[in-house]
Amino acid sequence: MTGIGRGRGARGAAGGGPDQRQLAAAQRDTGRSNPVGYLFTLPYLVFFAVFTAYPLGFAIYLTFHNWNIVRPDRPFVGLRNFERLFSDELFWRALYNTVIFLAVHIPLQIAVALLLAVVLNQRIVARGFFRVSFFLPYVTSGAIISLIWLRLYADDGLLNQVLVQLGLGKVGWLSDPRVAMPSIAIMATWKNVGYYLMIFLASLQAIPAQLYEEAHLNGATQWQRFRYITFPLLNPAFILVVVLSTIGGFSLFVEPFVMTAGGPLDSTLSLVLYLYQQAFQFLRMGYAAAIGLVLAVLIFLVTFVQRRYLEKEVGY
Amino acid sequence: MSLPTSSYALQRRLKSWPLAFRRLLFYALLLLGALTFLMPFLYMVSTSLKGVREMHTMNLIPREPTLDHFKAVFTQIPIGRAMLNSFFVYGLQTASVLVFSSIVGYALARLKFFGREFIFNIILLTMMIPGQLLLIPLYILIVQFGWADSYQALIVPGMVSAFGIFLFRQNFKTIPQELIDAAHVDGATELQILFRIVWPLSLPSLITVGIFTFMGGWNDFLWPSIVNRELGVQTLTQMVTLYGIGGQAGGQTGAVMASSLLAVVPMVIVYLVFQRYYLEGIASTGVKG
Repeated sequence: MTGIGRGRGARGAAGGGPDQRQLAAAQRDTGRSNPVGYLFTLPYLVFFAVFTAYPLGFAIYLTFHNWNIVRPDRPFVGLRNFERLFSDELFWRALYNTVIFLAVHIPLQIAVALLLAVVLNQRIVARGFFRVSFFLPYVTSGAIISLIWLRLYADDGLLNQVLVQLGLGKVGWLSDPRVAMPSIAIMATWKNVGYYLMIFLASLQAIPAQLYEEAHLNGATQWQRFRYITFPLLNPAFILVVVLSTIGGFSLFVEPFVMTAGGPLDSTLSLVLYLYQQAFQFLRMGYAAAIGLVLAVLIFLVTFVQRRYLEKEVGY
Repeated sequence: MSLPTSSYALQRRLKSWPLAFRRLLFYALLLLGALTFLMPFLYMVSTSLKGVREMHTMNLIPREPTLDHFKAVFTQIPIGRAMLNSFFVYGLQTASVLVFSSIVGYALARLKFFGREFIFNIILLTMMIPGQLLLIPLYILIVQFGWADSYQALIVPGMVSAFGIFLFRQNFKTIPQELIDAAHVDGATELQILFRIVWPLSLPSLITVGIFTFMGGWNDFLWPSIVNRELGVQTLTQMVTLYGIGGQAGGQTGAVMASSLLAVVPMVIVYLVFQRYYLEGIASTGVKG
């Protein structure tokens, strides 16, 4: 997961139309369509048709059919894939696991990323070193990170060795069904916090210093300045972090695939892992496509509701 | 967050401490934070160099460092081939993304034609489609093309990037019209303008799109593991991950960490060289979006 390029809304993206000079130039060009424009966008349109539009249509087609990809027959089954899905205990279990993941991941992510962003926004010694340390996990593959943490989380792994040295008991990080999903959520936070920290940092740096100076002159304390200036102005970054973390949570795959294979007792089975198992282990392409479609709709609905409830108009 | 008074009291108590002590405490905590992020990497490096006998000791610096684990990796799996595959496949994909996405971005930013905004809106919409929805039909498409177990399966579905087009369009809009008009007067074609005038002026966005494309490919496990199973066409991340979870490594922690290190190092080098472009990439998508 690159993180970037996902979940960005159309809001403000189309920003600022062509400026006056461009318009004038375009009118000079007799105001007609420039054929080169079509020639230049043609590669994209072909690519879009083959690798986005057609697969999208085929995905929806598949949800109404059963197909094991090996044999040519694809019987039409109507809505039966969805009926089965909604009465499938493992699907609900995977959805529940995702909620557990998000409940740990999002608050932790915001708290740590915001704290580190505020620290890095100050003039501190060796800022470059700290920035690199916090960002390093983000540039590393999630699959490799999982291989490393699999050993850290092991029963006789580094974390439990430290706990024993401190006189505390061992924790079944990945073997206790109640702990396994939160363990994965902690690791995912550790991996991605560098990215979200940069989002907060960029927003912090965009806040005009003048606001703080005026508040200071009016006798606001450091806390009040954070509470009434920084916090409200971070709202867009805040929403972005919540939405992107949520999409990341729904997309959870490689961590449970590598570390637990969905266990123990299905406690770390994620929706994408379930989709993967149905498609590539049981060859139920139609059923897997139905999981994919429900997943996409869920992501859309949840992030829509989040934007709706978190967005606040701020003006100074 | 809702307890300003207690936090205020805490702040006052902290302020009564000597400045030097407060700074010491601050940096001690910060260093502890940094160590939390570095520790798993240090563990990986340390374990990859430890002999079998000290494998389960907690010391970070191996007393008898050995390269045995690396030798084991190279004899057990064709990891050199996998590394070349990754460089080849994602290098080619990145080049393709830069060329095609910038051509489309240029058309959307600089050429006037009917339907331009419509196409741009389609591109914005495609960025909102979750990848999991397309996973299965794309896999079936690759199988139907006869591309399973091939380089094409990895390269072609990522040859154009909506994110790249978006970023290039925004950047190309800021280039002064005079420069483009002057080139037109000199008889330059649109392609010549793009590659000789616009590209040199847009290096930061080219690098940003380039590193995010390359990193996204290099670190991916899901897609290569679905379409390519043959050893000869596996990518580095894929092969190392399968080696780590499969039976081949035979539970040898040292060898798994050694192979992980080999998969991680190239991305760390790319990051250290291009650090500031990561910031720009995140800031430009994050804050404006």
